[in-house]
Amino acid sequence: MKVRLGFTLAALGLAASTALAQGPEPYRIGVVTFLSGAAAGPFGVPARYGAEVTAEALNAGTVPAPYQTKGIGGRPIELIFIDEAGGTTKQVSEYRNLVQRQKVDAVIGYISSGDCLAVAPVAEELQKLTILFDCGTPRIFEDGNYKYVFRTGPTGTVDSVAAALYVTGTMPEATKIAGINQNYAWGHDSWNDFEAAMKRLKPDVQVVTSQMPKFLAGQYGAEISALIASGADVVHSSFWGGDMEAFVLQAAPRGLFQRSKVVLTTGETGLHKLGTQIPEGTIIGARGPFGPFAPDTELNRWLVRAYSERHKEPPTYPAYKMSQALLGLKAAYEKAQAANGGQAPSQDQVIEAFEHLEYEGPGGTVRMALGNGHQAVMETAYGEVKHENGKAVVVNVRRYTAEQVNPPDGMQSAAWIKNDLKPVQ
Amino acid sequence: MDMQLAVLVDGIIYASWLFLIAVGLTLIYGVMNILNIAHGALYALGAYAAASFGGFWFSQGYPPLGSYGALVLAAIVVGLVMGPLIERGLLRFMYGRDEIILLLVTYALFLILEDVIKLIWGVSPYIISQPYGLLGIVELGGLIYPVYSFVLIGVTILVGVLLAWALQGTRHGKLLRVVIHDRELSQTLGIDVRRYYLATFTLGTMLAALGGALTAPTVSVVPAMGVEVIVLAFAVVVVGGLGSLPGAALGALIVGLLRSAAVHYVPALELFAIYFVMAMVLIIRPRGLFAGEQARTI
Repeated sequence: MKVRLGFTLAALGLAASTALAQGPEPYRIGVVTFLSGAAAGPFGVPARYGAEVTAEALNAGTVPAPYQTKGIGGRPIELIFIDEAGGTTKQVSEYRNLVQRQKVDAVIGYISSGDCLAVAPVAEELQKLTILFDCGTPRIFEDGNYKYVFRTGPTGTVDSVAAALYVTGTMPEATKIAGINQNYAWGHDSWNDFEAAMKRLKPDVQVVTSQMPKFLAGQYGAEISALIASGADVVHSSFWGGDMEAFVLQAAPRGLFQRSKVVLTTGETGLHKLGTQIPEGTIIGARGPFGPFAPDTELNRWLVRAYSERHKEPPTYPAYKMSQALLGLKAAYEKAQAANGGQAPSQDQVIEAFEHLEYEGPGGTVRMALGNGHQAVMETAYGEVKHENGKAVVVNVRRYTAEQVNPPDGMQSAAWIKNDLKPVQ
Repeated sequence: MDMQLAVLVDGIIYASWLFLIAVGLTLIYGVMNILNIAHGALYALGAYAAASFGGFWFSQGYPPLGSYGALVLAAIVVGLVMGPLIERGLLRFMYGRDEIILLLVTYALFLILEDVIKLIWGVSPYIISQPYGLLGIVELGGLIYPVYSFVLIGVTILVGVLLAWALQGTRHGKLLRVVIHDRELSQTLGIDVRRYYLATFTLGTMLAALGGALTAPTVSVVPAMGVEVIVLAFAVVVVGGLGSLPGAALGALIVGLLRSAAVHYVPALELFAIYFVMAMVLIIRPRGLFAGEQARTI
């Protein structure tokens, strides 16, 4: 009986897929995000969920305006997920596989800056539309010039600059700063940008200690002692995932958060897991206007509702950024389609439509303003944790416009921070 | 604030953690001559099991202090299930082969266990931090420390002393030392080597899991947490001499204190500290500080 039932179901499935095949051809997107390893829990899996929720809603036509039309230009979206774990060499061959064998129409992916830097030139070589949705390094479009590569999320520079603006704006008396960041490119870049921005905004600022423990170190006892002993007014950390959570769990009972103002630039990803274990007054960011910083729009309410119904917790910033990448692709494709008299546009037409595009995402307006129209800018925000009814919420939110936290097009982030960054009151 | 005291306290706390994560590795190497890379995954398994057992304990509203029992029980269960399973189900078919083969086998096992953990617990973090704060805090030289850190030091010393006593002071321990010294000879003397291997591997697994279980309240239990641990544990036992119990203790203490001094005085050298110790020891005493004379049959 079981066998017969299985057989019937398989036959039905086959019939359904045949019926589908007669409709418009699916728009196939390779989605690359961490499904294993340390980055899967905080980033990769929420991003995957964000992709699934958005693609399914787009296919069903249930995303609010202006995305209420089905699929991408009427074509149903098909997602092919690839695990980002394994290093850059593996990712480059996975990318080639997606483009050359799987024949995807576009690739959306990459959380690691290393993977972004490795894949971008290959995207140019294979001439395939590729959207980087999360990685932070500004080097992609500051050091390179790409036709096929877009990034729909803000750069990492924004996080450090906005953190410095928040600190100088809310604590004008703070002069002693300290940092605890992971000992690899992300940690170093984040700290360098924060230190430079603080020195530009408040030239008498003094670095009392900069701790750089190894990625995944897990035990921060000595570092926490050193941070407390340093007497810093502000402690900056770009720790993420398990490292960030372990740091909070170990530092909170030791009183670091009472002695210094702690800034966690990716703190939002731990907000639901750690809850009130993040002490009150901690300054947290979400690497853009996402999660608790997202504007109260129909699109944001839709994402929060659709995601929470499925996964029993609200979406964090990786889900927002993934959703935003998919919506950007849809907006560009359909703009190109309209310009093409309703016919399916070529990839070059989609790229032309994507450059300098301005569109709405669940986190607000996305403007493809930098890197010759290939790099997004958005406003961003920071706020402080407050405990309310047993939950951690964000208060004292300060928002910064894209212009306040990004260099003008064509200028290097580091040089801009050093010479042109302006204080915000 | 007394900087030297801070260096000492932080160094000893870190050293006790290092010893706890390394002792199982050195025990298994000492007895069985297997460099068990899967040690890292067994540590992670202990942490995940502790998160589940502890989580269950708190969800039932049982007395919070009992959660320490739940953590230890998690380690014992992981040891009793995984130890015999791996030793009887896999390793015994590999005995007598080249050490490199066994290294590869345990490395493969590490990768498999990492995926097993992912299958069971998924990739989302688990947080079981209540036991960390339950015992309160103490102030030492102007710095606040959770009492839990000092309990860990006590547990580590207890584990070390018990192991030393078991090896030196009991009949089974003496017989085990015969097995370590010469496997063939001990077989001819009628010692059931198989049983000693099984017991040692189970105990080593239990110790790896105990390291994970007692670390769990201080961290977020996440995938890949075992990767870093196997590297650190390996460095510590190499410094002390592979297979030596006092060596692991001394190795942990040296690495712990030097790392703590680096963090406080020259943070940029922190990452380098542990490998500096390792390189220096390997230059001066290539087989580690406590390695005995080599007595191997050709």
